[in-house]
Amino acid sequence: MDMVNESTLILSRIQFALNISFHILFPTITIALAWFLFYIKVRHHISGHPVWMRVYRFWVKIFALTFAVGVVSGITMSFQFGTNWPGFMEKVGNIAGPLLGYEVLTAFFMEATFLGAMLFGIKRLPPWFHTLSTLLVAVGTSLSAFWILALNSWMQTPQGFEMIDGVAHPTDWWAIIFNPSFPYRLMHMLLASGLTASFLVAGISAYRILKGDEKRAPRVALRIGCFSAAILIPIQIFVGDLHGLNTLKHQPQKVAAMEGVWETERGVPLLLFAIPDQEERTNHWEVAVPNLASLILTHDKDGEIKGLNEFKGEHPPVAPIFYGFRVMVGIGMLMLVSSWIASFWLIRKNALPNWALKTLHWMTFSGWVATLAGWYVTEIGRQPYLVSGVLTTADAATTIPPANVGISLTLYAIVYAVLLYAYIHTLFYMARKSVQVDEITTLNESWHKRSPAVQDDETTLTKAMPTETRQAESSNTAATSSQTESNGGIVS
Amino acid sequence: MMADLLPTIFLLLMGVAVLMYAILDGFDLGIGIILPQNNLQHRNQMIASIGPFWDANETWLVLAVGILLIAFPAAHNIVLRELYLPAVIMLIGLILRGVAFDFRAKAVTRYQSTWDKVFQAGSLTAALSQGFMLGLYVTGFQYSVLTIVFSLLTAIGAAAAYVYIGGAWLVLKTEGELQRYGAKKARQSGWLMALSFIAICIVNPLLNPQVAERWFTLPGALVVFLIPLMCGLIWLIVDQYLRYVPLQEDRACWVPFVGAAFIFTLCLTGFAYSYYPDVIPGQLSADEAASATASLQFVFYGVVIVLPVILAYTLLSYRIFKGKTTELNYY
Repeated sequence: MDMVNESTLILSRIQFALNISFHILFPTITIALAWFLFYIKVRHHISGHPVWMRVYRFWVKIFALTFAVGVVSGITMSFQFGTNWPGFMEKVGNIAGPLLGYEVLTAFFMEATFLGAMLFGIKRLPPWFHTLSTLLVAVGTSLSAFWILALNSWMQTPQGFEMIDGVAHPTDWWAIIFNPSFPYRLMHMLLASGLTASFLVAGISAYRILKGDEKRAPRVALRIGCFSAAILIPIQIFVGDLHGLNTLKHQPQKVAAMEGVWETERGVPLLLFAIPDQEERTNHWEVAVPNLASLILTHDKDGEIKGLNEFKGEHPPVAPIFYGFRVMVGIGMLMLVSSWIASFWLIRKNALPNWALKTLHWMTFSGWVATLAGWYVTEIGRQPYLVSGVLTTADAATTIPPANVGISLTLYAIVYAVLLYAYIHTLFYMARKSVQVDEITTLNESWHKRSPAVQDDETTLTKAMPTETRQAESSNTAATSSQTESNGGIVS
Repeated sequence: MMADLLPTIFLLLMGVAVLMYAILDGFDLGIGIILPQNNLQHRNQMIASIGPFWDANETWLVLAVGILLIAFPAAHNIVLRELYLPAVIMLIGLILRGVAFDFRAKAVTRYQSTWDKVFQAGSLTAALSQGFMLGLYVTGFQYSVLTIVFSLLTAIGAAAAYVYIGGAWLVLKTEGELQRYGAKKARQSGWLMALSFIAICIVNPLLNPQVAERWFTLPGALVVFLIPLMCGLIWLIVDQYLRYVPLQEDRACWVPFVGAAFIFTLCLTGFAYSYYPDVIPGQLSADEAASATASLQFVFYGVVIVLPVILAYTLLSYRIFKGKTTELNYY
């Protein structure tokens, strides 16, 4: 086989990074949003209140759009292995292949098929079956995460195989799937998805309210987003810490890069900020808290942490990991503060002041940034290996001429830039448009018929709204003409 | 014993996945190609007719490529290296049509007609590049004038076949003017498809002596010549049916779609017969390209359990949405 061209290698790496970075944005939302939709649907079954259905209808559209972009960018991923990384399948295909296969078989078809029922079947299906479809889509998205993270974790901490003639052969599937870093990484990713979806829901709902939406639906969604974020973020910090300890045990060079530790030492300070310099093998402009890194990582303020100099030539590039880690943790802290303040406010006052709504609006896609930063830490942290200790990235690359990779990379970059713009633009467009929709047009007929049974729920929900909204709501029961009038003000 | 059969089983499974893809995504790609840019109402109805299905349809491609990747990694590497650029172009086409579909439906903006054009262009690009790749694949990835011409022929053939089954889908799922439009398009493309298939059948044995030998030696030849015969017969029935659409009370509106699906199945059978047991014609057999037995076994158990379930709920989904398509409304 020809020698791998340097430019081909670099371009292939950029292309893979671009493809997978773009792709992960969308599953990160849909994995958790599917469960939110299921929750909303169940609440609708319990209370029969139409507001849940309105929330569902708005968010299921966003779900469908997000899912579609995820599906098409995912198809690209299944081709990447062959097009750019033939060495990967040659060497570890016996292990990677079946894990990917199980993802397609157990998750992809289920998600895609029941999504059809979920989106278009509401009039054709009995309500319980429609809710079941929503549940199956949610199970499907999570199963998909299960298999792909099993493979990714195996690449980080491989076990359960033997090498025969330079090719990995499986010996124990249980050990392969449940490899040492898998449980932590899976939990960390599922929680990241939960947080990303929470802030998306809260952010878009805050935006609707800021745009003058007086209806109940965005307020219900805002509460869901804020409360779930407030619950998930402390769990995420705890799981993230466990994940870090697990990494310290299995990939100490990655942790050394995250913490910017060059020399092995005791009582390592936590660097809040620094500029790592790989040439000089030192840091500039350090802002540090003494002994804190040792305390966090070893639970002993004088604990020893191995430095990067122990792994010369075998450790990843330091700067992207060092900065990526700080971006992720920084956003995590922002999430903690903002979701707790917002939740506190919602519990005490049932509504949010404008500055809080604006903050949430700004944080709509904060989950994306934190998730990407976290993935860069863990994936760049695996370099120079593709599969830790088994296969280097350079050995896996294709022999295609660099010009071809250049063409494909350019095409992908243009298409993805346009799509990302269109996606974000469309989400906010949908939010603005929903402001103008009259509540009466989505009012469920059966709601009026069964009103005695749901009277309690009506009162609890009304309590959760500011006074002006309550007035607007009560006019819903009035004649249609006055409804149009009262909404006329909102539209303009 | 079973270990020896595994590569053949996976070759068969890959064939099934490709067939399912050609039939199912075939009709929605076809619909995309014949989207009338001057009739919004028809466009809405056509999009509504494929709405619940296209996501799952496209998944069959992931499964087909997935099986190639899992069971025959050596072949996967060669195929995708040789077809690098056409594959990228196909992927861009699929990306564009998939997202255009959702953008146009979820937010009705002034860009809607632009998204519809993107949907059409993406569908056509994907169909043509799939056919083009098929041509290069069977001629062993030789980029010469002859093979390029042949590949252009297969590209047109594939696009025509998708329009054929897409038009047939409209006959099945719609009524009135749109149904007649579908019938017209199916009939036109049926002729184009038939002509390019005949051309392919003439050129293919000329390019591949190995295929010629298979086709023209007894006893296999008898079976092989049954295939074009049956294809021709079904094609004729469908062609005549399409001429008179709609029949009284829309009787047997399933005929064109089922006919098209049978033609696709027969063609793929003929194709499989020509090249079996090679996973890359003339270069690599299934046995040579197969991955480790332990890996194939592990996936095989999954397939045995899961594939029937997938087929069951796919059927269920088509049952849920059976009958004529109603107007485009979500949820």
